[in-house]
Amino acid sequence: MQDAIHIHVNGEARTWRNGATVADLLQDLGIRTERVAVELNLEILDRAAFGQHRLKNGDRVEILGFIGGGISVKD
Amino acid sequence: MTDDRLVIAGREFKSRLWIGTGKYKDFVETQKAIEASGADVVTVAVRRVNITDRSKDNLLDYIDPKKYTILPNTAGCYTVEDAVRYSRLARAAGVSDLVKLEVLGDERTLFPDTAGLIEAAKILIKEGFIVLPYTNDDPIVAKKLVDIGCPAVMPLAAPIGSGLGIRNPYNLKIIMETVKVPIIVDAGVGTASDAALAMEYGADAVLMNTAIAGARDPLAMAEAMKYAVHAGRLAYKAGRIPRKLYATASSPIEGML
Repeated sequence: MQDAIHIHVNGEARTWRNGATVADLLQDLGIRTERVAVELNLEILDRAAFGQHRLKNGDRVEILGFIGGGISVKD
Repeated sequence: MTDDRLVIAGREFKSRLWIGTGKYKDFVETQKAIEASGADVVTVAVRRVNITDRSKDNLLDYIDPKKYTILPNTAGCYTVEDAVRYSRLARAAGVSDLVKLEVLGDERTLFPDTAGLIEAAKILIKEGFIVLPYTNDDPIVAKKLVDIGCPAVMPLAAPIGSGLGIRNPYNLKIIMETVKVPIIVDAGVGTASDAALAMEYGADAVLMNTAIAGARDPLAMAEAMKYAVHAGRLAYKAGRIPRKLYATASSPIEGML
């Protein structure tokens, strides 16, 4: 069993420890779970199940939260 | 006007001024502007969390979701697929089924793509979302949105961030007469009189962001908007006098020498 996996988190290539779950990833990144949504390979995960999704090599994770915004603002 | 509550999809709102949280200097200014405006609905956008710099504060540390209704939007979405995806993410990240649905048609005008809007609204309503659609000042589209189940419609006054004020008061009035759900005038307000006018025409609420955040003194403008919306609502309920071409004396002739 390999020690590390290669994943993408919010578009950035990252190397993570094998066996980590989505909940572990959030904890390692210092992100509180109660205010974010997580998409794993385009599928939105149920917050209660973050700990059940084990990350695999090549996974694409998107972590989103709320920012200031009103009406569409051109970035 | 404590008995004059705005009700949308069974939810009661105290304030008829809703504000966006974009473009402020920092979260402290955002928080102070919301307080000065008296708004109890604030819109937010859904974006990637910064994973490299976790020292950055979270907006919701400054806006208590227990005190304010957090209304996520789909700002920046130009396709039905994106708008639906962001709505689902907002629901997954948030606390409710509310979404301010935007499907934009063009970067220069940020006008809504109303065909895409209706399509996205249908999908989301089927999934149990409470869809508040940002739409054009088109009475036919407004009616279609209501017919498919939107509990309110949000027609623009003018292009987003333009500050042009209400460009087509007659279309807005037709929308107010033809749809039986709350109308929230959204986007294009420049100053307090624009907001007051929208309310005098009979809008149920006004949503703005740039008019406050972009003012030289955002906190003072937030307060001005609070009074404008309140005054406009009172004037609407009081009923204005008809316009006449010639004068009507307000002092009696009787008793004159």
